[in-house]
Amino acid sequence: MNLYLPIAEMSLNMLIPIALGAGVGILTGMFGVGGGFLMTPSLIFIGVPPAVAVATEAMKIVGSSVSGVLAHWRRGNVDVKMGAVLLLGGLVGSFFGVQIFSWLRSLGQIDVVIALLYVVVLGIVGSMMFVESIRSVLRARNVPEGTPADLRPRDRVSLAQRLPGRMVFRRSRLVVSPIMPFGVGALVGILSALMGVGGGFIMVPAMIYLIGMPTKVVIGTSLFQIIFVTANTAFLQSVTNHTVDLMLALMLLLGGVIGAQVGSWLGAKLKAEQLRIGLAALVLAVCFKMALGLVLEPDELYSYATKAGGH
Amino acid sequence: MRRLFLAMLALACAVAVGPARAAHPEIDADLSDHVIAITTGFTGSNLLLFGATQGEGDVVMVVSGPKSDLTIRRKDRHMGIWLNAAGMTFHDVPSFYAVLSSKPLKDILEPQEAAQHGIGFDALCPQPADSKVPPETVAGYQEALFRLKKDQGLYFEEPGIRFQGPRLFRANVHFPAIVPVGEFRAMVYLVKDGKVVSAKDTPLVVSKVGMGAQVHYFANEYAAAYGALAIVLSVMAGWLAGVIFRKV
Repeated sequence: MNLYLPIAEMSLNMLIPIALGAGVGILTGMFGVGGGFLMTPSLIFIGVPPAVAVATEAMKIVGSSVSGVLAHWRRGNVDVKMGAVLLLGGLVGSFFGVQIFSWLRSLGQIDVVIALLYVVVLGIVGSMMFVESIRSVLRARNVPEGTPADLRPRDRVSLAQRLPGRMVFRRSRLVVSPIMPFGVGALVGILSALMGVGGGFIMVPAMIYLIGMPTKVVIGTSLFQIIFVTANTAFLQSVTNHTVDLMLALMLLLGGVIGAQVGSWLGAKLKAEQLRIGLAALVLAVCFKMALGLVLEPDELYSYATKAGGH
Repeated sequence: MRRLFLAMLALACAVAVGPARAAHPEIDADLSDHVIAITTGFTGSNLLLFGATQGEGDVVMVVSGPKSDLTIRRKDRHMGIWLNAAGMTFHDVPSFYAVLSSKPLKDILEPQEAAQHGIGFDALCPQPADSKVPPETVAGYQEALFRLKKDQGLYFEEPGIRFQGPRLFRANVHFPAIVPVGEFRAMVYLVKDGKVVSAKDTPLVVSKVGMGAQVHYFANEYAAAYGALAIVLSVMAGWLAGVIFRKV
């Protein structure tokens, strides 16, 4: 059944966005990431204009994060205070991100910048995750069973400790400078606006390794603040670029919530290290695919845009 | 209002072709519909052109969409990656341009006559905003413009008009799903001995209707409210999903 998307201005079989949403939703349920880094390139691949894909995905992440955070909230795994500091940074970051987005779009370079950011960010995050999870698999062989990964020494906390100012985060059992979470939040906010991602895949490692939060509260807190950052991004994109497609976002959400349930069921059956290696491989695969697109000579060198773009 | 509009179009057409010919129209034609409605289930549309001629001759139809400025960009390799480098803006480029004829255009119409009436890709020849650009460069971009538009099904030139008997003719015109909205114009010409001898103008409007149209209008006119609605809907959908699957 075909559906005309009023903002993307294209006709699409309804089942495609639902299936896409479900596919990415499975990953969300398994790995606890929003999956924006997969969804946005997939939308672009099926022909949705990149500007619409980025803005629409931001709206969709609001919904999927709300449904995700509910479970963590009930278990008390959301550090609201930490979330608020991250959020403050995130709002500032996403404000600047949308401005940069608009500016790049007027230069005609937004597609390249989106692709380039994907390659760089996914490349870094993917390889870090891959190395880390391989190491922890090897370590698990030497360490007796029952030692949770969480009790490893947090060697990278030192930077957060050296910055001026102190703030107590009770849920995270941390006393650190608020500048660190604020900075992390701002960085992820900018990326969220430019890449159409919630930034969970950057936020989660940054919270563990840079801020030093316990893994238990990381996902809930990250989802909590992602809701607000992406809501802000979606709103600013609507106002500045008119590129949020309601119909498309709702189709993606519909598939996404179903997929997430399947994913969390699957995730419970697999080991954490295996999951992380899987995710790392996936991130690197997307990175590689996008890098190829940048380096190989395109079939068509020319492209056109009418003056407004969204009309 | 609509009648007045049609009358004015008819007048404009009469002036263009010449008063003597308009008095005794040698061609009459119409489209099966004058409105293409882009609904929620829109996947493109076909319109039927039908009409009759008086006497011998060939028929050519030009359907053109609203004109606007258009920027073409070309990718170049910089430091190993392909990015949009040079660009060129053209003035008054029709968003849609279809030429249908009963025989291949070059066989029935003299080039200067085609240019005068603006029939065919060669006659269209969009001009760059920057007049100082060398013509070779312009030609490359024009070629790219036509190629891109043809690939999207927005520009085409084909001998698609069929005569049924000596005087009746008909043709199918396809509008793809990405057809731009706006006021279109369908001109039907009777051609004899390489010259246009008569013409008939038919209006055509492409517009979004129903929910899609409202969403688009809302998104552009009330952007802040639209953004707020998007967030509320998304939060509600997410919350609903969280509650439903809590039991599972």
